Amino acid sequence: MEPFTTLTSRTVVLPAANIDTDQIIPARFLTTTTRSGLGERLFADWRYDEHGAHRAQFVLNQPAAAGCHILVAGRNFGCGSSREHAAWALMDHGFRAVISAEIADIFRTNALKNGLLPVIVGEPTAGWLMAHPGATVTIDVARSTLALPDGTTVSFPLEAFARHCLLEGVDELGFLLARSGEIAAFERRA
Amino acid sequence: MASTPQTLFEKVWQRHEVSAESAAVPAVLYIDLHLIHEVTSPQAFTLLRERGLTVRRPDRTLATMDHSTPTTTAQVFGGAPITVDAAARQVRELEENCARFRVELLGLTHGQRGIVHVIGPELGLTQPGKTIVCGDSHTSTHGALGALAFGIGTTEVAHVLATQCLLQRKPRTLALNVSGGLAAGVTAKDLILAIIGRLGVSGGTGHVIEYRGETIAGLDMEERMTVCNMSIEAGARAGMIAPDETTFAYLAGRPRAPAGDDWERSLTLWRELPSDRGARFDREVDIDATRVEPMITYGTNPGMVIPIGGNIPQRPGDAVFARALEYMGLDAGAPIKDQPVNVVFIGSCTNARLSDLRTAAAVLRGRRIARGLTMLVVPGSQQVKRAAEAEGLDRVFLDAGAEWRESGCSMCLGMNGDVVGRGQYAISTSNRNFEGRQGVGARTLLASPLTAAASAVRGRVTDPRELC
Repeated sequence: MEPFTTLTSRTVVLPAANIDTDQIIPARFLTTTTRSGLGERLFADWRYDEHGAHRAQFVLNQPAAAGCHILVAGRNFGCGSSREHAAWALMDHGFRAVISAEIADIFRTNALKNGLLPVIVGEPTAGWLMAHPGATVTIDVARSTLALPDGTTVSFPLEAFARHCLLEGVDELGFLLARSGEIAAFERRA
Repeated sequence: MASTPQTLFEKVWQRHEVSAESAAVPAVLYIDLHLIHEVTSPQAFTLLRERGLTVRRPDRTLATMDHSTPTTTAQVFGGAPITVDAAARQVRELEENCARFRVELLGLTHGQRGIVHVIGPELGLTQPGKTIVCGDSHTSTHGALGALAFGIGTTEVAHVLATQCLLQRKPRTLALNVSGGLAAGVTAKDLILAIIGRLGVSGGTGHVIEYRGETIAGLDMEERMTVCNMSIEAGARAGMIAPDETTFAYLAGRPRAPAGDDWERSLTLWRELPSDRGARFDREVDIDATRVEPMITYGTNPGMVIPIGGNIPQRPGDAVFARALEYMGLDAGAPIKDQPVNVVFIGSCTNARLSDLRTAAAVLRGRRIARGLTMLVVPGSQQVKRAAEAEGLDRVFLDAGAEWRESGCSMCLGMNGDVVGRGQYAISTSNRNFEGRQGVGARTLLASPLTAAASAVRGRVTDPRELC
């Protein structure tokens, strides 16, 4: 993984609450056996009509969404299934962070494993961001802060080890593999 | 005992800490049982191959195929090709990965194949006090036997394959205290739908739920599995129920349950698991089961649920709510009862066990499903299928005009081509009514097997108490 230190980007806003992983990537696209190429299917049933044509009114299809790396969404984003394909699809589309007042547990874990940063902010900040689509914000991973266009910064929770992995661009597997002696000792005790 | 009283969850967690969490690093949690399937494992095996790793404990890993597999007998046993090419490739890839990494696979034609969360308990692999993971959010089902079981993503599947461990922060605990008896016509499915309605779809986020109280103790094992299965629909990764005599009686004699002296030793350990008197939970919620009615969803998440005799709520000014009703083609303030339905699906890891099929068959015996309605009955496992056939339940369904299929996830998520058509209404015993879950544009109403069967007879949403 690439180290993730800071990110400055305009935002795309999907204000609905409870956006589930079946919306992010519908199940019929889970027959893939690789991680790549899912970006085209991201929010497929919201982005495309039954003939496969873009729905002009959907936010990701609008010109302003091009080049945006931060998705702002209503609370409980990523609820539902454990499919990591949801995180892969968002990354493949170009997103590097999701900001919401609440992010579902399994999605949040999956996102972090792929270098997609889940940013949980208070309702006032989430509300402001939803009311100002396209705002340019800056995320600082080391400080766990989000800077708004007026210069105010808010902090967000980021688990210490996940932050370490993001900043160093390393994954957890190496850490776990390095513990194999302890794991073997546990297995002998059990 | 001088130590602090512990909850069931805390006991299981503590016994599996290879190392405890610190401010800097999460706990290293040992996993006793890893269940894998064809959809969320291919990329994990790819990671192992890329890094030159092996599966640390093939003996603690079991594979099956359920999500994208066909349910017609001709395709499962008759050699007819799997319709969806990519699904066929996933099936082949799981076979290859299991052979290469020496993981036991209950493959497409195996007599013990089935939905991963049905076969774990059925084989006796799911046991009290175990840690169990699977790349599927309904892994919470296994908590019904007093295991700590939760869904993981594919990267974590790779972690467990390679190290048998996960890095985890300790979740909070939520006691869900249920008292009073369930009324006639009210099932465990109605109870969990009512609980989700009360907690909301994110009310359990960050928590492990322990379902407690006399009502829960009075449920049989399959009912407990239905309850724990849908914990994730309230946002909780895991739901647990204290093991008791009902649990032990269910497990005794199952092919992979402990036997002989091992059984006696296990029983001793299992009896220590229930939460200690005075154990503290981070949150407690009380539910009066006597007030629960047959429940049905009307919207696009499982928290949008009402008693079957109720009216769809009105939320003026709520655009998301309005959009959900527009998708469903339903009106705020209107009754849900008598809504015409096109499809009835009895299946899924929530409600496709033998008791669910018996319940549905009892309603359908001597009756026909409504003209023009399609009804699919998909047993949770091949063992459930054979047991149902031994009782003649297949004849009841077929005589009523329903289809009787081979087991799999099927129409719960429509990956295998078993889908509900655009704009059609399906009463489904599964767990998710998300937009497009059962097919593009499909409209799902979640309910119990009892309500689903009663509605199949009339071709419209029916209170099962009117037919029983």
